[in-house]
Amino acid sequence: MRLLTFLRDPFVRRGARDMMVFGPAMAAWAIVTGVSMSQSGLGTSLSLLMSLIVFAGTAQLASLPLIAAGAPMWVVWASALCLNLRFAIFSSQWRVHLGHLPRGRRVALGYLLADLNLVAFQKAWPGGTYQPGQARYIAGGAISCWLLWQSGSIAGIVLSSSVPLAWGLGFAGTLSMLGIAYSMLTDRTSWVAAAVSASAAVAAFSLPLKLNILVAIAAAVSASLLMARARRAAGALRADAP
Amino acid sequence: MSGLGAVPAWAYATCTILGMAVVTVLSRGCFLWPKREVRMPAALQRALQVAPLAAIVAVLAPEIFMAHGEIVGTWRDARLAAALAATLWYAWRPGVLGTLLAGLAVYLPLRLGLGW
Repeated sequence: MRLLTFLRDPFVRRGARDMMVFGPAMAAWAIVTGVSMSQSGLGTSLSLLMSLIVFAGTAQLASLPLIAAGAPMWVVWASALCLNLRFAIFSSQWRVHLGHLPRGRRVALGYLLADLNLVAFQKAWPGGTYQPGQARYIAGGAISCWLLWQSGSIAGIVLSSSVPLAWGLGFAGTLSMLGIAYSMLTDRTSWVAAAVSASAAVAAFSLPLKLNILVAIAAAVSASLLMARARRAAGALRADAP
Repeated sequence: MSGLGAVPAWAYATCTILGMAVVTVLSRGCFLWPKREVRMPAALQRALQVAPLAAIVAVLAPEIFMAHGEIVGTWRDARLAAALAATLWYAWRPGVLGTLLAGLAVYLPLRLGLGW
């Protein structure tokens, strides 16, 4: 009965409906992730496990070449963490709207919230303040998003498990990471960070344990901090000039 | 996939995946966990801003430009051609799905047809 009340709630329904605006794009992205997992040599059951519990598309795609190359698990975790750091920033934003829930529920719901959930939410509730009904809106979107993502991902895993690895379909994952990376190039700092990271990852490739990934991330973050400091110094100089 | 000594490869991979799930829970829940609201320091937030892009590019660059531990020495490589096509598509019509399809439309014929 409680489930029925939940499904009939107008806020829950609106949350689900707003999320489905992204439905086709999300389904396609889920299928590609499923195909890439099963084609990276992970196998069907491990791909299903990863899909069901990791539930973070970008981190999943990025981990595949590392796992295939035999990287130690802490390197895989560290790069997944770097990719997921944006969620830490998001979680401090979600806090405003979910802070009134009990801790267990907050964290469980937070686990389901990725990029598109925030995009949809901010469009529906501009202003960034708490209002009643928001938690139900968020839950409606999160649950429909989870269901759609898992269906697409599982379909991708199952359908591609009979495709020979020699086709190299796993490269689809690399191509979608390329598209995501381009969409993150928004200002000069991000271009410089990407260039530094790419050069460092290739230059340090011969390091053992896939440590080139962590070296590249550290180099790019340092470069972006240096740029911010240089900008501040330049601003201060201009302010001092007569 | 590789195992560590006596640990079978599937067990090692399962542990890796379980750990990744923990990373998802921690990153999405870290500011939801404390009883009182904690603000993220602005300096930390700035430092974290480029980390996701840096991580994705770090994985991506060797996947496109390298083969067998060395920079690709030939232009007859399906991955380079596909990445170029995907880049041109993105410059024309920004979007992840179109970029992926444009890249695959070049990659699959070159790889399956010409064996690049």
